[in-house]
Amino acid sequence: MKILVAVKRVLDYNVKARVKADKSGVDLSNVKMSMNPFDEIAVEEALRIKEAGKADEVVVVSIGVSQCQETIRTALAMGADRGILVETDQEIEPLAVAKILKAVAEKESPQLAILGKQAIDDDSNVTGQMLAALMDCAQATFASKVEVGDGKVDVTREIDGGLQTLSLSLPAVITTDLRLNEPRYAKLPNIMKAKKKPLDVIPVADLGVDIAPRLKTLKVEEPPERSAGVMVESVAELVDKLKNEAKVI
Amino acid sequence: MSVYFSEEQNLLREQIRRFIDEEVKPHGEKWEEAGMVPRDVLRKMGELGFLGIRYEEKYGGANMGTLGTVILGEELGRSSFGGFAATVSVHTDMASPHLVNFGNPEQLDHYMPDIVAGKKITAIAVTEPDAGSDVAGIRTTAVQDGDHYVINGSKMFITNGVHADVYFVGAKTDLNVKGSRGVTMFIVEKGTPGFKPSRSLKKFGWRCSDTAELSFDNVRIHKDNILGELNKGFYSIMRNFQNERIIIAAMAMGEAQAAIDMTVQYVNERKAFGQPLWDKQGIRQRLSMLQSKVEAGRQLTYYSAWLDEQGQDSIKEVSMAKAFCGELVNEVMYTCQQFHGGFGYIQESSIERMVRDARIDSIGGGATEVMLEEVAKRMV
Repeated sequence: MKILVAVKRVLDYNVKARVKADKSGVDLSNVKMSMNPFDEIAVEEALRIKEAGKADEVVVVSIGVSQCQETIRTALAMGADRGILVETDQEIEPLAVAKILKAVAEKESPQLAILGKQAIDDDSNVTGQMLAALMDCAQATFASKVEVGDGKVDVTREIDGGLQTLSLSLPAVITTDLRLNEPRYAKLPNIMKAKKKPLDVIPVADLGVDIAPRLKTLKVEEPPERSAGVMVESVAELVDKLKNEAKVI
Repeated sequence: MSVYFSEEQNLLREQIRRFIDEEVKPHGEKWEEAGMVPRDVLRKMGELGFLGIRYEEKYGGANMGTLGTVILGEELGRSSFGGFAATVSVHTDMASPHLVNFGNPEQLDHYMPDIVAGKKITAIAVTEPDAGSDVAGIRTTAVQDGDHYVINGSKMFITNGVHADVYFVGAKTDLNVKGSRGVTMFIVEKGTPGFKPSRSLKKFGWRCSDTAELSFDNVRIHKDNILGELNKGFYSIMRNFQNERIIIAAMAMGEAQAAIDMTVQYVNERKAFGQPLWDKQGIRQRLSMLQSKVEAGRQLTYYSAWLDEQGQDSIKEVSMAKAFCGELVNEVMYTCQQFHGGFGYIQESSIERMVRDARIDSIGGGATEVMLEEVAKRMV
């Protein structure tokens, strides 16, 4: 079985995001970029499935600028077998990402595609769902446990009020939640070996996919600063304020 | 981004940083109290390859150059636990290089895999109560008796001295020649009869690092455990001086950066007279100047490591980096402690520990005064 894992290069979670002066977006010049943490979990899960003898190849795909190769190399250093970069300088919206991933999947024919449930930059949380729809295959989002069986995969999902377990027939798309696993460290000898693993770069145009943006960004702004709270003397005062000032009860 | 580091090295740095955030910082306080770094932490680092950055692949290493040492040093320093940084860096860059530089194939095959895996921790025992940077002045002796040498004497300030498994010990083997000509290095294992840490030393800082006085009382060592050539030990000790000084400079800059980052955060949260301390120019400009100096110190360290990696003579630059960074980190710590106010004097603040830990950076591995003489000699 082959597993396809999608990884996105995003602003590192430790970096404070700054809005560009012209409000056109977040300033990404000269800041630390890393693999989307949910995607690290996806890579880890794929590797565990492979190490359990239930898959024989883990292919990592990323979409974006040339530097995304670094993100792919990180996944290769963790243990993935090879990488594919669909190269483009354009901003790619989730629908276009899903279409590109579908085009890659058609070439690679994976039985399983594992994606992060969302990227920490735009928090869209749609790509996995769109990919499953385009591929017309089963999907399980927000996975907290994955068990691969014969021709099927059982996925436990975190939902409001508890856990739900779905049994999907393969091929299928899974998106990862935070508690699925704890991604491994890349061992130094594996970091050194990662350079020798294959990494194909495909210009996005070669896939013949319509990636024209459907959305237009009007402006990006910093979230408003929270104003200071008010200390109340008693429960009665609190209830009064909630009723008459805030008008929420 | 930097002209000096490869993609692999950047990834290595990220992995070490994450390891320290997850496996070191949350536990360091406990280790400070216990006076040692647990061995399983070192083994975990070994498994990840962090203890073999410079060593050959056949021993589990990654064969990187001096810049790999700089990455390790900086990230160890950023942990904010100088004692942890010392435990690791003495093993990787101050003790084990002696074996790598001068060990014969049998010695290398016997010890290196365990050293890289963190299963055997090393110490370097040269310094004595009356001889530090002045290596030729050591008094410990090793007298030949058949196939053995009998070592007598004592060693002082030995990092990893209490809990190490393998010690590289310098002793006088020829008393009839001038000091530098009659020194030999020996491999001494923990538990060898007559050899023991006689005292665990209490220190101003670096409290999770075990430091010992060692005593040698008729310790019989087989001649197969001579490291390098008989009577040439002085030169092999000298050979690793540059590496040792580079990693201390790098550690100092990692410590300084951690302190600045921590202090910038603190002064942005701490309010006085109705505004965060950061809003006061006096505070933020002093921190900006310290950040500028730390960047300069870091770049000088990178450059000196790069020269060393190219096989160039780098003694002048390395000595400059060691002197500059060793002093600078103390300036940074004192100012950062000042900006923490009363809190910075309390033991539960990290900066209190970091001030104490930094003090050794201008003393150990060649005091500033010794470093400046090395620079001065090369100025005229």
